[in-house]
Amino acid sequence: MDRNSVLKAADLTRKVSSPEGTLTIVESVQLEIAAGETVALVGASGAGKSTLLALLAGLDRPTSGRVWLAGVDITDLTEDARAQLRAERVGFVFQAFHLLPSLTALENVMLPLELAGRSDAREAALAMLKRVGLGSRSGHYPRQLSGGEQQRVALARATVMRPTVLFADEPTGNLDTATGEAICQLLFELNAEAGTTLVLVTHDTQLAARCARRLTMSAGRLV
Amino acid sequence: MRALALGLRILAREWRSGELGVLLLALVVAVSALTGVGLLVDRVNRAMLREASEVLGADLRLQSPRELPEAYLAEARSRGLATSRTRALLSVVLHGDATQLANLYAVAPGYPLRGVVRVASTPFGAPQATRQIPARGEAWPDSRLLAALGANVGEQISIGAQVFTVARVLISRPDQGSGFVDLAPTLLLNEADLPATRLIQPGSRVSYAALFAGEGDRSAVFSRWLEAHKLPGERLRDLREASPEVGNASTRAAKFLSLASLASVLLCAVAVAMTARRYVQRHLDIVALLKTLGVTENFALLLSLSQLVVIACMATLIGSVLGYMAQHYLLRALQGLLSSDLPPPGLAPLGIGFATALLLLIGFALPPIVQLSQVPAIRILRRDTGPPRLAMILAFGPAVASIVLLILWVTGEAWLALWFSLALALIIVLLGGAGWLLVRLAGSLRGRVGVAWRYGLANLARRRMESVVQIIAFGLGLTALLLLAVIRGDLITSWRASLPLTAPNYFFVNIPPEDREAFSGFLTAHGGQVSRMLPMIRARLIAINGEAIGKRHFEGPRGEGFAQREQNLSWSAELGEGNQITAGHWFTPAETGKPLVSVATDFQSSLGLKLGDRLRFDIAGETYEVRISSFRSVKWDSLQPNFFLMFPPGLLEATAGTYMTSAQYKPTEPRAVADLVRRFPSVSVFDMEDLLAQVRSIIDKAVLAVQSVFVFTLLAGLTVLLAAVQASREERRYESAMLRTLGARGSVVLQGVLVEFAAIGLLSGLLAALIASSCGFLVASRLLDVPYTPDPLLWLLGVGTGVTLVCVAGYLATRSAIRQPPLGILRQG
Repeated sequence: MDRNSVLKAADLTRKVSSPEGTLTIVESVQLEIAAGETVALVGASGAGKSTLLALLAGLDRPTSGRVWLAGVDITDLTEDARAQLRAERVGFVFQAFHLLPSLTALENVMLPLELAGRSDAREAALAMLKRVGLGSRSGHYPRQLSGGEQQRVALARATVMRPTVLFADEPTGNLDTATGEAICQLLFELNAEAGTTLVLVTHDTQLAARCARRLTMSAGRLV
Repeated sequence: MRALALGLRILAREWRSGELGVLLLALVVAVSALTGVGLLVDRVNRAMLREASEVLGADLRLQSPRELPEAYLAEARSRGLATSRTRALLSVVLHGDATQLANLYAVAPGYPLRGVVRVASTPFGAPQATRQIPARGEAWPDSRLLAALGANVGEQISIGAQVFTVARVLISRPDQGSGFVDLAPTLLLNEADLPATRLIQPGSRVSYAALFAGEGDRSAVFSRWLEAHKLPGERLRDLREASPEVGNASTRAAKFLSLASLASVLLCAVAVAMTARRYVQRHLDIVALLKTLGVTENFALLLSLSQLVVIACMATLIGSVLGYMAQHYLLRALQGLLSSDLPPPGLAPLGIGFATALLLLIGFALPPIVQLSQVPAIRILRRDTGPPRLAMILAFGPAVASIVLLILWVTGEAWLALWFSLALALIIVLLGGAGWLLVRLAGSLRGRVGVAWRYGLANLARRRMESVVQIIAFGLGLTALLLLAVIRGDLITSWRASLPLTAPNYFFVNIPPEDREAFSGFLTAHGGQVSRMLPMIRARLIAINGEAIGKRHFEGPRGEGFAQREQNLSWSAELGEGNQITAGHWFTPAETGKPLVSVATDFQSSLGLKLGDRLRFDIAGETYEVRISSFRSVKWDSLQPNFFLMFPPGLLEATAGTYMTSAQYKPTEPRAVADLVRRFPSVSVFDMEDLLAQVRSIIDKAVLAVQSVFVFTLLAGLTVLLAAVQASREERRYESAMLRTLGARGSVVLQGVLVEFAAIGLLSGLLAALIASSCGFLVASRLLDVPYTPDPLLWLLGVGTGVTLVCVAGYLATRSAIRQPPLGILRQG
């Protein structure tokens, strides 16, 4: 594995069984992503983008093939070991934001810091919230925030730990064009500031266009 | 530690969203039900433990219906034992025109040899121990007696032919029996004053006791001497068998209350299970998200567990405080029925509370929570990914185990636990089946009603399982409450109503033979209708067909009781009103003086007797053997004087006895009864109305206590309802938003919801009323043999309470869900 690459997939295949028989969602994917790269996974719905993302992030196990994340072969790691790796090296942004509804914006951003046992969780989280422009709304609950604001909080939560890789699954999918544009802007700014590797799945051609590299999926394969 | 800290923080934050309230409520209800009753039971047990050593007031106690030979006491004193004597009899106590039947307890110096008498200077006052006994001319009535007479300390009361001064108020004496006290209040007086009252006549019903106490093994040695020398009718009690029947009664009552509280705990378990399922549903995404943030499975589990433990602690704290208050209230409800100076409760029941909360959580919340911690992180991207299914044994094992443990623990007996579980299962199956039918029926009506109604009924049918569970949970609580209401009021009333107006309402016993004419004359002159007067002779059944009674085995406790206790014999030439010969023939004039007996059918069946059997009696030391010449059925509730055992005239005339009779007597003025008592001091007067009122008051108190326990069951039912509503909250919000988007007014949505809850309340109310009145009918017709009058109020009460409670609780719980603006809900998806 290249010293410089943070993410590598070798012959990655994921099959699921369904009532209609075995479906191959991701098939024989070969992939290597270097540190600091910005990569967009594009393709039609059902092409297997999200599944590939999940496999790369270690959220799901491949049926065959191997995955290296931050220099570690995660294919055979236990669930707990992968969780540990995620805690240290990986950040996520989701289409549906996935903020904890019972926590305030600040508390949501504090969560990964608290999990890591950081004593400066509150200060670091507040600084991050200010960075995404929500310093004045730190005490608000998700339901009191607009979609764009919620996604900013999610971005703050994903980057506050300065992860090696940031995975984003349709980060603008639930937002209107203008808001999506603003989030997109913020995503790239944060990424540049932290030197993070960014892997995102999107339908948004503008968003994809801003990435240095675009990978297109079709029927489970990279084309 | 980090998991705990974070768990607490998340718990505190979750709390603000009000979601865990139902879980806490369910646990609080369960804990307070069990600790409330547990604390009470603990106090009664402590009282019994304390009294076990004192319950005899001595080391040995020899009891007899006849005067005990002075030789026993002399022998004991010569062996260095302390001795004393007591005599107990029922008599009327007068204060001005007020009369009250009381248990007179005349004691000799030295009483009690073990334990202390507690007295106060005012009724229900602070108790003080005393080593004295009442001085000559003094009476120490208990608080109840003083209250009934309207008398105060320092005033005069008369007993028989003697006037006494109320010197102190009796609070307790060691040998009063624990827990449940006697029907009649008690009065302590000096033994030396008894003759002057002229209450004791030949044949009077007096219970004599000799008390003995000694150091070291003197008591034990003397006990063996007594065993060898005492007469058959004399009963020796020592510490080993000092747990009296009353003690058993209160233990049994306490156990019953515990089982009643267990019903609420089981309902709460249902609520906990429902809430836990909902908690898991709601947290699937959250745990999945936490996992993407790097949380491990164990950490996620610890997180949930720490929350559960904190909730269990909170529930224990709140539940224990409420339970303590409930115990206090229960004790007040039982005032007069339980002795009032129970020792304070111990801390053990609080442990029971915590254990209950924890057991419910482990049994009903832990399995889904373990399952929750196993949800894969991928769910965050693929919503259809759930946690792995739990194996059956893991899903239901802990629940069944914790229920069995709880039942075993509360009952303390494997068999009782088994029967209780079976009975419970049967009731649940019955209620469940009936509930299911009713829900189906309601569902089939929906085609014929308006939109709001259809929406409500459709909801009922769609969440059928939940609806049935709610109906069972709620119906169970209502059933218990209604059933008790039936037993409490109706049965006594309908029995009372079944008596003819001319039925005697007074009983008189201990009428001296020489006063017979004068007594009847007095009553008749005052407008009374006197029934026939029958002699009453005390005797002991010692053998049947030559076989000693002690060697015989009897079926059932009733036969045992008949055989062991002192019998009352009588004789008459006439069969008497309400008697019917069922076998053999009534005494002919030619059989006068022959050794024959006519036996009541109740006595016959309990002892398994046949015509021609020979019964041997001991009457005041003399032995009589008679042959059964007939069996009679007796209509006891005619309240005419009747006896189980009737002899022909000319056989027992020589034995000393008194007479008894009953009378239909309406005193024209209150002092008439007082005059009667003054004129015939040895006669014991029993006012049926008084007795009935006392029985009713005891039943009322017991029922009130049990009902208070079942209020917890109703609360538990409500908790189940809340849990069900909570579980369907999201669905309801969405539906309500949809309906309103389609143009339904808020009031229509509200109506629909109310129809749904009203139907649940109605169905559980109907079910409860149905079960309660069928049980009432069965008890009345089979057990008590009185006509049952159906009470429409019962149905009204059942349905009314059901509908009101469920509607109010349901409305409060769904209000916020159906009030939110539709847009936000639909956008949230």
